[in-house]
Amino acid sequence: MHPSRRMSRILALLTALVLAAAVSGCGVTRGSDDPNNRRLRMLIPNSVGGGYDLTGRAAAKALEDNELTGRFEITNVKGASGTVAMQRLLNEKGADDVLMLMGLGVVGAVYTNKSDATPLKMTPIARLVEEQEGILVPADSPFKTVQDLVAAWKKDPGGLTVGGGSTNGGPDHLFPMQLADTIGIDPNDVNYISYDGGGPLTTALLGSKIDVGMSGLGEFEGQVKDGKLRVLAVSGDERLDGVDAPTLTESGVDLVFTNWRGVLAPPGISDEQRDYLVDRLTQMHDTDEWRDALEANGWTDNFATGKEFEDFLAEQDKRVADTLKELGLA
Amino acid sequence: MDLLLDGFATALTPENLLFATIGVLLGTAVGVLPGIGPAMTLALLLPVTYSVGADSAIIMFAGIYYGGMYGGSTTSILLNTPGESSSVITAIEGNKMAKAGRAAQALATAAIGSFVAGTIATVLLWIVTPQVADIVVTLGSPSYFALMVLALFAVTAVLGSSRLRGFIALFLGLAVGLVGTSTGQARLTFGEPLLADGIDIVVVAVALFAIGEALWVAAHMRRKPLEIIPVGQPWMSKEDWKRSWKPWLRGTAFGFPFGALPAGGAELPTFLSYATEKKLTKHPEEFGHGAIEGVAGPEAANNASAAGTLVPLLALGLPTTATAAIMLVALQGYGFQTGPTLMDDHPDLVWALLASLFVANTLLLIINLPMAPIWAKLLRIPRPYLYAGILFFASLGAYSVNFQAFDLALLLVLGVLGFFMRRFGIPVLPLIIGVILGPALEEQLTTALKISEGDVSTLWSEPVAVVVYAVMALLLVAMAVTGVRKPAAEEPSLSDTPGNNDDKELVER
Repeated sequence: MHPSRRMSRILALLTALVLAAAVSGCGVTRGSDDPNNRRLRMLIPNSVGGGYDLTGRAAAKALEDNELTGRFEITNVKGASGTVAMQRLLNEKGADDVLMLMGLGVVGAVYTNKSDATPLKMTPIARLVEEQEGILVPADSPFKTVQDLVAAWKKDPGGLTVGGGSTNGGPDHLFPMQLADTIGIDPNDVNYISYDGGGPLTTALLGSKIDVGMSGLGEFEGQVKDGKLRVLAVSGDERLDGVDAPTLTESGVDLVFTNWRGVLAPPGISDEQRDYLVDRLTQMHDTDEWRDALEANGWTDNFATGKEFEDFLAEQDKRVADTLKELGLA
Repeated sequence: MDLLLDGFATALTPENLLFATIGVLLGTAVGVLPGIGPAMTLALLLPVTYSVGADSAIIMFAGIYYGGMYGGSTTSILLNTPGESSSVITAIEGNKMAKAGRAAQALATAAIGSFVAGTIATVLLWIVTPQVADIVVTLGSPSYFALMVLALFAVTAVLGSSRLRGFIALFLGLAVGLVGTSTGQARLTFGEPLLADGIDIVVVAVALFAIGEALWVAAHMRRKPLEIIPVGQPWMSKEDWKRSWKPWLRGTAFGFPFGALPAGGAELPTFLSYATEKKLTKHPEEFGHGAIEGVAGPEAANNASAAGTLVPLLALGLPTTATAAIMLVALQGYGFQTGPTLMDDHPDLVWALLASLFVANTLLLIINLPMAPIWAKLLRIPRPYLYAGILFFASLGAYSVNFQAFDLALLLVLGVLGFFMRRFGIPVLPLIIGVILGPALEEQLTTALKISEGDVSTLWSEPVAVVVYAVMALLLVAMAVTGVRKPAAEEPSLSDTPGNNDDKELVER
């Protein structure tokens, strides 16, 4: 009966492993009133491993490791590109221990899903990072500069296929629409093809299935370095380190567009609580962990709090709403 | 070849072997737990792994990946609760086998089939990865659309003897697949944002299989004495081997290319494998009642496709599954430049990964094969307790997909649907296939037509698409000539005796 006994031992080991994993999941550090050890919760509006998730977990880790807060309870609330998470945050009205990570895509999703949990109803805490959009073409594309692209696009607005890695209302959708608007093309004429993230978009570009792709450049670094894809321009107000491409403004198109991520708290919290959260994140911003996270993930620091973030949020909200309304999507 | 040997040297150091073992065990564990897939496990482990070396972490990930693919079949077979969409098909015949006292054989053919498929696919990976990279991106939406039409065509082979009931199920599935806002329009969401992303296939499958069955058993429990499911022979008989090896190879042949295609996926090859085995088998009467071919083929296909997804990942830096995407993030976290240059810049790492896939596969077989008879004994638990356990696992699985109580409500509603489908003898499989294929088919069609600005001729503009349509036309002609219509008695299926099929099985054996 040796083999079977050995097996039951392996079985026991396996069970122990699962149990250990389960137990370590429910941490035991209890929060207290000590401001440096308060347990907070964080809502993430997409699945584990996504952009919001990576940003949120990096921020939470920097806060925890530097003993600025207690342990975080992080919940991924998927659904309708963040609309469900925003609704959850609205329902947490007055709760003083919740943060939600969000960004430009969530602002758009709230409109396309016609939800009333809009960002302006929440308490703005901080803007953390930004990411430029890039205009990508396959290596054998006839377009060498943004002006080549603009000329061809104006000639036949619907004939140029534009791909992006987000659904309607997401950054890769909003960017080409605002770009079209800027160069005098009706956004309704843009032939936008939505791909399920950077992977499928890369495939379409490498196979020359679409004329041009618009997306954050992080996932395309390897292809660009290898010469299989070409970046015509980046969308920020400064050139991007390590990317050999001009900004849109340098190329004669008057548009600055960045995808950004920030943190909101529920509506109806006290000023003291808001200041406490802003203070924690401001301190977090200065930690080495956060700087390392920025570098490791290729995020551009774009920290802002208080009035600056509030105004920014209002401006973005209006811009997104205008674009989507013009398209009949909001 | 030297590179491969170096890879094995790296993968077989005691330390890395330990990481591979941990990965395999962890992968099997999360595969067994429905809802928690390898992707989520990897994502949660990411921060932890940065403290160990890159090769160790990647090797552990390979173990988790293969382990998760295999572990999913265990719950499918034993509890009728598929944890991943790619092991849904396994549940169809596998659970029937388990109820007939052949759980050990079902688990064994799944384990060995996974090993055979994984090994062949890993060897293929060694050979083809450098070459095929540039070819796979030439396939566009028209080709994928054609392949999915082929899959839909194959579905008619699994409709069961009552075509009407089969089509009812298929269209119910397509309707469930419409839910969501993927086209930009909200369809069947009833203004509920939680429905905006559609209904997760794991929730649908677990509800129809596990909940529907639990309700069914509960509704009939009092009418007959408590039966304990017999535990038969612990090992595969000669006959089982004879009936398994061809499906393993055919499953591999379906799985690997689909995995290597950026939009191929792991579900399509399992359908095609199941449909093929059902057509080719010498024991058609067993399909729907626990045919070993119906487990061997799809399980092999599922594992081979897992290896296939590494082709675009390693050759082009293209992640085609959630798990592959996380592995890519991990590589980038270690500072590796992923993309077409990865194989040239870091051959040592790539070959260590490929070697460790082989090691992980072997470990899986060594660990899991002796476990099969032990797992099988689980079914001796008296039914009230067994089904309580199944309900627990089913709810856990459905909940952990999104961590939303809403999914539990969906689970119950669909479970009641599953109950009535049993009552009226409507087969479940076409519904599941409809849920998976419908949205994918639509997405490829809209993308193709958007790119062509509405010109329908784009659908046969790619060579792969033309070949697929030609194959389908040939099949249709062949069917018309040979007259495939069989007498109903030859193909008894789920739908023949509305209501008491399952009961009979449980009582009689």
